[in-house]
Amino acid sequence: MKPAPFNLLRPKNVEEALALLQSYRAEAKVLAGGQSLVPLMNFRLAQPHNLIDLNGVVGLNEIKVDERSLTLGAMVRQRDVERSPAIAERLPILREAIAQVAHPAIRNRGTVGGSLVHADPAAELPLLAIALDATFQLRSARGSRSVAARDFYQGYLSTDIAPDELLVEIVFHLPPLGAGWCFTEIARRHGDFAIVAVAVLLDFGRDRSVNFARVALGGVGPAPLRVAAVEEILLGGRPGAELYRRAGAAAAEAVDPPTDIHASSGYRRQITGVLVRRALATAEGRVKGQA
Amino acid sequence: MAEQISITVKVNGTEHTAAVEPRRSLVDFLRHDLGLVGTHVGCEHGVCGACTIMLDGRTVRSCLLFAAQADGAEIITIEGVGTDEALHPLQLAFQQQHALQCGFCTPGMILAALELLRDNADPSEEEIRVGLAGNLCMCTGYVNIVRAVRAAVSNGKAK
Repeated sequence: MKPAPFNLLRPKNVEEALALLQSYRAEAKVLAGGQSLVPLMNFRLAQPHNLIDLNGVVGLNEIKVDERSLTLGAMVRQRDVERSPAIAERLPILREAIAQVAHPAIRNRGTVGGSLVHADPAAELPLLAIALDATFQLRSARGSRSVAARDFYQGYLSTDIAPDELLVEIVFHLPPLGAGWCFTEIARRHGDFAIVAVAVLLDFGRDRSVNFARVALGGVGPAPLRVAAVEEILLGGRPGAELYRRAGAAAAEAVDPPTDIHASSGYRRQITGVLVRRALATAEGRVKGQA
Repeated sequence: MAEQISITVKVNGTEHTAAVEPRRSLVDFLRHDLGLVGTHVGCEHGVCGACTIMLDGRTVRSCLLFAAQADGAEIITIEGVGTDEALHPLQLAFQQQHALQCGFCTPGMILAALELLRDNADPSEEEIRVGLAGNLCMCTGYVNIVRAVRAAVSNGKAK
């Protein structure tokens, strides 16, 4: 179908975009890569009267890496994350996750910020934001504020962002240098939204016990979540199949997944356990300094 | 009706200036306003890949872009890839390997395969399948499409 008529507003910088958001508020929608919004408009499920197109806004495309964090401008294309040597070196889990987002032609256009704010419960980027304790930098004509990922995601397709606010940057806090990682998911076809997705990070101390663990899940609830119960099992544990089996079982127990057209709750619970177990084993093999 | 927007785009090397309604999709602009009907309209929500074109050197879904957003851009459509008289090596490989039946998906497949081979000059079968997973074909079962891309590689002519 064709979208309903709308006005296209084309700000040149963030200040202009914020001024437009302030005057239109709920009467306008922000257009980033358009890979989720435009399908909704073509189906007329979304009929915004005004579209604020960020594609001409300068200054939202930067990728910055320092010792502690990776900062991505909201309009960084997913494909540019995939191709960034700095990200491949310092945060390879992000590269692994983004390669599973849809297809090249979608990632060429789709943005980091758009996916994060759209907040699909099975999407890869929000899951990584949760796993890495990311910080969302929001701006409005009223001022700016930072929101932690765990507070940003509030439910199905719902976030803490106000109608006059714009996500300008996302800051991923980097895991310890040399930590192992794995992002894995089960989907009907490569590139589809995940039925269940798992992100894990793992690092060992000098005595080879686990001293850093992150386990986050997507597709098992209205928003991605970190599972503290599983991380507690891992911390201080001896790496190995037995530990990962226990962690997987605890993950399956910790979730209460939905049943929908794609999979039953029981199936999602089952593969949550399996994926967590497998992801931890993969992550162990990627910890730097392991024989 | 919303205010029309004036745009200038270069399509297959030719510059076009036009006034478009904001909601005019890029694929409708190419087909209806420029008469370039080689780019096909399938699902209109980014799933099927039939409308894949090259925008400033990258493949995009032209059903998920508004024509107004292409102002100043350089576009390559299937009409700019080869001609009836001189097929592109990839098109020739599709023909020789029977990689199309109805042909509806073919323009999108060719554009996606062009980008794939530009990024990876010698893709494995698995890499071809992943690279083309965003383009649906309801006829071939994909086997001959993968074969055609491989053939284009081993002919050493695909660019």
